[in-house]
Amino acid sequence: MSKKAVILIFFFPFFIFSVEPDEILTDPVLEERAKEIGMQLRCMVCQNEDIENSNADIARDLRILVRDMIVDGDTNKEILNFVHEKYGDFILFKPPIKSYTFLLWACPFLLFIIFMSLFFKRKN
Amino acid sequence: MRVLFLVILLFGVVIYVFINGLKNDPKIVPSALINESVPEFQISKINSRINNFSKRDILDDKNVKLVNIFASWCLPCRIEHPQLKKISQKDISIYGINKKDKIKDLERWLQELGNPFFAIGADNTGKASIQWGVYGIPETFILDKNSNIRYKHIGPILEKDLETINSIIDSLRYE
Repeated sequence: MSKKAVILIFFFPFFIFSVEPDEILTDPVLEERAKEIGMQLRCMVCQNEDIENSNADIARDLRILVRDMIVDGDTNKEILNFVHEKYGDFILFKPPIKSYTFLLWACPFLLFIIFMSLFFKRKN
Repeated sequence: MRVLFLVILLFGVVIYVFINGLKNDPKIVPSALINESVPEFQISKINSRINNFSKRDILDDKNVKLVNIFASWCLPCRIEHPQLKKISQKDISIYGINKKDKIKDLERWLQELGNPFFAIGADNTGKASIQWGVYGIPETFILDKNSNIRYKHIGPILEKDLETINSIIDSLRYE
């Protein structure tokens, strides 16, 4: 290999999944679904990684659970609901709209309205 | 002027909420199972000398009880062990879920440190732990007389935590 190629490899932004070979489903369609679900679930130990990218033990257990449930015929929604029920909102990267997350979701719109009104008031 | 005042007020509220949020320990995530009944879970028998248990056994137990998830390979569990022994002296059943352990290691652990558990079942795959919403061990649940989960302690129960744990057990006993 040329020097350039080696250097290039080091600068190439790798996107490495932590999924181990024995976990991967043989059906690529099902595996794709498992990845899609896994990327929406937060690893509770590392907290900023999704379970597909985490090496933590709990993330591995959850990946296997997701794949087992897919094979058992559960839908994506059923699987996400099951995990959500057990671990609460924190496990979802996208928090559901509830009374205590309302501020989080409403803030951008509220700020938009306020700044727009400020802007137009100035113009007038 | 009024709008500016509103903007500053809103900004203040948001900052206040966020600064308060910073004080929370991100490692401690409250359990979603509080006030729920015992979840479905499957654990397996360890050997003929150790009692196993099932969801049914917990439901049939009409006293306040503890469910503790532990393993011999888990160092904080070793730190927690003396406190579990103290709690078990309060005439309370502790149900143990032994996560991904080797039978030999568990036996040696119980022989060396003593056995505060009323029954222990093995969670060899980690699935039972997921069913209990466990993300790190040790974790301990306190269940009331009707087998509803009322409290979860994350991490080892230390000497300083005993007062809280005991007072919760006592208050649930008088319910």
